[in-house]
Amino acid sequence: MDAILFMLFAAIAVVCGINLVVQKHPISSALSLVGVMAALAALYLLLGGEFIAAAQLVVYAGAIMVLFIFVIMLLNAGTERRGRRSWTHYADVPILLVFTGMIAALIANRMPGSEPVVFGQFTKGTATDIGTALFTTYLLPFEVTSVLILIAILGAIVLARKEID
Amino acid sequence: MAVKVNFRMDFFIVAIIKAAVVAFVLLTALAYLQWAERKVLAHIQLRVGPRRVGPHGLLQPLADVVKLITKEDMMPSHVSKVFWFMAPFIAVLFALIPIAVIPFGTELNIPKDNWLHFPEVHTAMQLTDLNIGVLFILGISGLGVYAVTLAGWSSNNKYALLGGLRSAAQMISYELPMALAIAAPLLVLNTLSFRGIVDGQAGYTLGFIPKWSIFTTFPFNFISFILFIIAAFAETNRVPFDLPEAENELVAGFHTEYGSMKFAAFFMAEYCNMVTVSCVATLLFLGGWHPIFPEKFGSGLIASLLFAGAGVISFLHGFSPARPFDRFTLPVFGVVFFAIAGVFLIPPVATVLMPIFWFTAKLCTVLFVYIWVRGTLPRFRYDQLMRFAWTFLFPVAVVNLFLTGLYVALFT
Repeated sequence: MDAILFMLFAAIAVVCGINLVVQKHPISSALSLVGVMAALAALYLLLGGEFIAAAQLVVYAGAIMVLFIFVIMLLNAGTERRGRRSWTHYADVPILLVFTGMIAALIANRMPGSEPVVFGQFTKGTATDIGTALFTTYLLPFEVTSVLILIAILGAIVLARKEID
Repeated sequence: MAVKVNFRMDFFIVAIIKAAVVAFVLLTALAYLQWAERKVLAHIQLRVGPRRVGPHGLLQPLADVVKLITKEDMMPSHVSKVFWFMAPFIAVLFALIPIAVIPFGTELNIPKDNWLHFPEVHTAMQLTDLNIGVLFILGISGLGVYAVTLAGWSSNNKYALLGGLRSAAQMISYELPMALAIAAPLLVLNTLSFRGIVDGQAGYTLGFIPKWSIFTTFPFNFISFILFIIAAFAETNRVPFDLPEAENELVAGFHTEYGSMKFAAFFMAEYCNMVTVSCVATLLFLGGWHPIFPEKFGSGLIASLLFAGAGVISFLHGFSPARPFDRFTLPVFGVVFFAIAGVFLIPPVATVLMPIFWFTAKLCTVLFVYIWVRGTLPRFRYDQLMRFAWTFLFPVAVVNLFLTGLYVALFT
């Protein structure tokens, strides 16, 4: 049952990912990305990371992608027009295949002996566990990240601010 | 959840029956919520509201549904077809899903040897209890915004587009104060599962003040409740925040180009979101199914008294009829009310029904506030809406969350 569900959502994620690249209209691409996010959330849920799954839905699918779509709609971006076909257009699929092969080979050679995932084995995905981990083991990285995000927010405000004088 | 699913047939059957009952009750309630809204609005405006179809217009929802189904389903020629078709489905889908994690009452326990020879059943009055129930609702209802924005964009109409844009900006802006307002009572209750949240609000301080969230950590959780209600109005696109469909500026906003059942889908999604948000307010802040005063002061009799009172009123009016038919219809209603009052007095039934009664009573109160506000307040202007969210609601929610955290750290 778990394996079937995994296959299903993995397939949805991959199909949406391919659709994201293939589609010509920005709205279609953005919605495909929402599909990828939702499928990933389902995969997290299957693996026992229930908090991560919910955060994925709330943050990525619910907030960030809405902003993407908002911007696309606000600019009223039209259908993408393809330029003249150059040799790069014919090289894309082979290059993709070569890269995928390289990554697969790398994983197979450099990370041997990793145990297969058992569904339902990982139970440390609750909000309590993640909160405890964030505020004890990973406190320094957590705080550094929040400072980084704060700097990014300040930067965005400074860049977007209208000059008064 | 990544839990091994044991395919037990009785579990499967019980789950299907529960889902069917919840779906039926929810959809009927949505139709009658709309009837209630029209009635209450009418009385606020000194009108009588629907009263032609059925007694007091009680069959009006049915007539509306028939009307909407039989209307011609047109598709404008200039729309972006795929997204235009998708939008109403998304709206209904993400409006109906969250009800799955809402608990309506305690537990249904039918013992093994009962005199009706029912099979043994032990089940919670809830479709499923997630560990992350609150986050699940936030996540799914956050996706509902795609329906409105897509409908607005794909209609290829400037009014609809403006409605869609407004909706997207509004949803993002009000999601933040809403999430912060929800976080404050969760600090006290220490769980994300709705059942755990309600169980954490059981009991009474000093013997008579219920331990509902709005009464604990006073006044911080009360402020959260107000913030949550305001943000919830905006999230469900209701007056005074219904700018995505502001009819005096945008014709009908994002659903300008929709008719027939597609329009009804948006309509239904709006009312369903209203019900979900009111359920969350009831569960998080108003103590779910816990009665407002203790059992020993007779809170178990409230339901019986209420229905018996309704029965007495029906009989009184039946004996001095204002209209000729009242002589027959009102005593019939009176007998029905007395029967319901009697049912609430049977002990094994009452243990199941009383929690549902309290939950429904609180839910209806919140829904009534929704309708009341719609009949009272004028609509915001768009810049006021945005300024209100970012310069008032959000800072207040952050400060409130901090103070609640401080309170919890110091006193519990």
